[in-house]
Amino acid sequence: MEKIINVTLKVWRQAGPKASGKFETYKLDNVSTDSSFLEMMDVLNEKLIGERKEPIAFDHDCREGICGMCSMFINGHPHGPDGEITTCQLHMRAFKDGETITIEPWRSAAFPVIKDLMVSRGAFDEIIQAGGFVSVNTGGVPDGNAIAIGKDIADEAMDAATCIGCGACAAACKNGSAMLFVAAKVSQLALLPQGKVEAAHRAKVMVAKMDELGFGNCTNTGACEAECPKNVSISHIARLNREFLSAKFRD
Amino acid sequence: MAKNEESTVVEASKIDARIPAGPLAEKWSNYKAHQKLVNPSNKRRLDVIVVGTGLAGASAAASMAEMGFNVKSFCIQDSPRRAHSIAAQGGINAAKNYQNDGDSVYRLFYDTIKGGDYRAREANVYRLAEVSSGIIDQCVAQGVPFAREYGGLLDNRSFGGAQVSRTFYAKGQTGQQLLLGAYSALSRQVGKGAVKLYSRYEMLDVVVIDGRARGIIARNLVSGKIERFFAHAVVVGSGGYGNAFFLSTNAMTSNASAAIQMYKKGAYFANPAYAQIHPTCVPVHGESQSKLTLMSESLRNDGRIWTPKRKEDAEAIRAGKLKAADLKEEDRDYYLERRYPAFGNLVPRDVASRAAKERCDAGFGVGNTGLAVYLDFSAAIERLGEDLVRARYGNLFQMYEKIVDENPYKTPMMIYPAIHYTMGGIWVDYELQTSVKGLFCIGEANFSDHGANRLGASALMQGLADGYFVLPYTIQNYLADQIQVPRMSTELPEFEQAEKDVNDKIKKLLSIQGKKSVDSLHRELGLIMWDFVGMGRNKAGLEIALEKIKEVRKEFWSNVYIPGKQDDMNNELEKALRVADFIEIGDLMARDALQREESCGGHFREEYQTPEGEALRNDEEFSFASCWKFNGDGVDPILLKEALDYEFIHRQQRNYKA
Ligand SMILES: Cc1cc2nc3c(=O)[nH]c(=O)nc-3n(C[C@H](O)[C@H](O)[C@H](O)COP(=O)(O)OP(=O)(O)OC[C@H]3O[C@@H](n4cnc5c(N)ncnc54)[C@H](O)[C@@H]3O)c2cc1C
Ligand code: SF4
Ligand code: FES
Repeated sequence: MEKIINVTLKVWRQAGPKASGKFETYKLDNVSTDSSFLEMMDVLNEKLIGERKEPIAFDHDCREGICGMCSMFINGHPHGPDGEITTCQLHMRAFKDGETITIEPWRSAAFPVIKDLMVSRGAFDEIIQAGGFVSVNTGGVPDGNAIAIGKDIADEAMDAATCIGCGACAAACKNGSAMLFVAAKVSQLALLPQGKVEAAHRAKVMVAKMDELGFGNCTNTGACEAECPKNVSISHIARLNREFLSAKFRD
Repeated sequence: MAKNEESTVVEASKIDARIPAGPLAEKWSNYKAHQKLVNPSNKRRLDVIVVGTGLAGASAAASMAEMGFNVKSFCIQDSPRRAHSIAAQGGINAAKNYQNDGDSVYRLFYDTIKGGDYRAREANVYRLAEVSSGIIDQCVAQGVPFAREYGGLLDNRSFGGAQVSRTFYAKGQTGQQLLLGAYSALSRQVGKGAVKLYSRYEMLDVVVIDGRARGIIARNLVSGKIERFFAHAVVVGSGGYGNAFFLSTNAMTSNASAAIQMYKKGAYFANPAYAQIHPTCVPVHGESQSKLTLMSESLRNDGRIWTPKRKEDAEAIRAGKLKAADLKEEDRDYYLERRYPAFGNLVPRDVASRAAKERCDAGFGVGNTGLAVYLDFSAAIERLGEDLVRARYGNLFQMYEKIVDENPYKTPMMIYPAIHYTMGGIWVDYELQTSVKGLFCIGEANFSDHGANRLGASALMQGLADGYFVLPYTIQNYLADQIQVPRMSTELPEFEQAEKDVNDKIKKLLSIQGKKSVDSLHRELGLIMWDFVGMGRNKAGLEIALEKIKEVRKEFWSNVYIPGKQDDMNNELEKALRVADFIEIGDLMARDALQREESCGGHFREEYQTPEGEALRNDEEFSFASCWKFNGDGVDPILLKEALDYEFIHRQQRNYKA
């Protein structure tokens, strides 16, 4: 049932990439527990606008857990305290009346803050540009049913492909590693015959790009898997390592 | 053409869609055989701007870059992978006939035309059906993990409006997987330097020089800086304009602005009134609601829709004094089964949506707002068992529970219609070129293929058809004549002027310093749209809408408050620029709906219905695409008509009774 709660919000405010940021505290009363976390943020922003103050900048778009745009670090967890959801899927019923909620941007060397809670995740795009694809052009490809692919393999590839590129894994990792994100793509394409051909090379160039962009090393803490809103499994990291090693052997 | 003359200025000049001659099935191959091409060394000298990285934009940008053109790709989001296409759930159609159930190019063509209530162009739709198979092959080659059967071949499901199983899917995330496929192809070209990516950029105007599109003005959303970009041709795949309703299933940044900019630069806006309202969305919970979530249409296969029979019960439920499960069978009104005995809960989207609104308007709605109806699975659970229901709909039930915090296995789901897709859009000819030379429009942003109503799983097909297989060919027919045109300087007066116009507009908005927030004005507009330009439209209501939209426009331009500066990241300014254009599209939608004195597809005029309440088309007078031509700010636009001649198909009345 819907309840009305009052909350205190400690929000990271930072005017720009080079500015130094700090926490600001806001009190927000009469929040419906049926509203989503971002709707609560909308209400706070409307209040700030009413007071002629600058609203809090944050990323969001689909608001249904699929675009990967939303990215808040809430009470010490990327995407908040609830499991298996993105920030936009979090609802206020997860919080108690009178609770203080701390909201920060992703904190990772490779994700510089743009403003307030907004960060740049362009590094993820660069990793994909380095090799996160199958090298085919439009047209001239074989019939979709020319290669049979076992259902279990297709399903496993689909599980890896579910990654929404949100960056929670890197934000959760004490080393700031993007290993889960990279592994999800490498594994998806390595599983499928179409992508198998380039699998080892792909692993090599994507990992090299990741290192170059300032992401840390993976030490298998498992924090990424625990915080991933899409349940991407660290077993994909093992597959990535295999492809990576096979590339090394060939070098 | 007498009736609507009083309110609408109609221009008689003929609209030419430039459809190739010849038999339907040969038009596209004939076209390709005879069109002009650009040779490889010349391609390198030609620049193309592609605005949008959804299915349409990403596939077009990648394909043209592979061919050798220099591409500049723009999107609002921080990454091309996040375009609104990512949210599509259900699937994508293709006439593969893998299931051997009698599908064919012709049948997909026919279903699409009929689904669109005979308001689409035959030649375009036929081409769409023709290239559909290639899309699946392309996506499979890219590594899109479509669902497969145990034998390893591709699986299909069936979707509304078809008697065959032709829908390909990847779990409930088909749009995501297709977009990631197109995004990976695009990324590959970025890596090669053939595409230059401009993420977090928003196009604010098209630059037209000597009657041809030669570039755009865009705002860097991080720095706030206004920048100029030249290209030999401009392609826009900016998506649909459903967010004019404030609440919709579209993503928050989905907008009408790119389309309105094209319109104001001379591109016709076609059929703005055609919008689709989806019956099964999670209802509004309260005032802070920011968007609506779609629940897949497939739920209606096993769910029964009802409201209480008595108003007292509905009131008690709304007040929280009575629970749905406590209501006895005889006190429930399964109104779709009652009204449409033959189709019951499976009537088409528009019919189901209107019926839900009718019940709620009459005071029988449930939920705390009274704007919801039940979708009940208790009978299905009894019949099939909870496990089977879970296997079929588990992920949807879970998604629902996360939003509403109620267990749909125990208590009926609540649903309500929401705006979902816009069939109308920028007018394009057979080559996907707008009425401005060198300006092309693809995907949901154009008007081409769905007529007055879109069938499920056809938008993804159209976006990728346009981007992979149609535009990269047809644009060459234009570019072949541009090889002598050198890259132009962005210091030219036309660029200068366009940038100045944009700057003036932004300065004006920021200087208003009024009392109302952008969102509150957007909400006001949305309510008008929903009440008068939504599911049930009539003359009086549409006239009220036009008046009220005028008031919102005035209020917006005199009383909006936008904090922050121009040359900084400023979300409120971004939203304000979009809302200014939603007001314009709202006006166009109402005008077009008023002018179209018939009911067809998603456009339902209450005055024009059969005794059974079905849409009543008027082929005699309204068999045309309405093309609106901009005629200056504050001046009524002019209506032009593209006649829709049905050469190959015999038109019928849609019938869901028998
Ligand atoms: C919830 C939901 C479910 C759906 N499910 C299905 C389904 O199962 N099957 C189906 O066929 N269809 C479905 N649809 C419809 C389908 O998803 C869309 O019609 C289609 O994806 C639109 O693709 P697009 O490429 O035209 O535009 P979009 O994906 O909307 O992309 C628009 C792009 O343009 C950019 N853009 C816009 N304006 C500007 C500007 N001014 N400057 C710079 N960039 C700009 C955006 O950043 C974005 O990159 C669904 C729609 C919704 C809302
Ligand atoms: S692996 Fe999970 S946490 Fe990391 S980017 Fe993908 S979805 Fe986000
Ligand atoms: S806003 Fe799209 S995943 Fe949260």
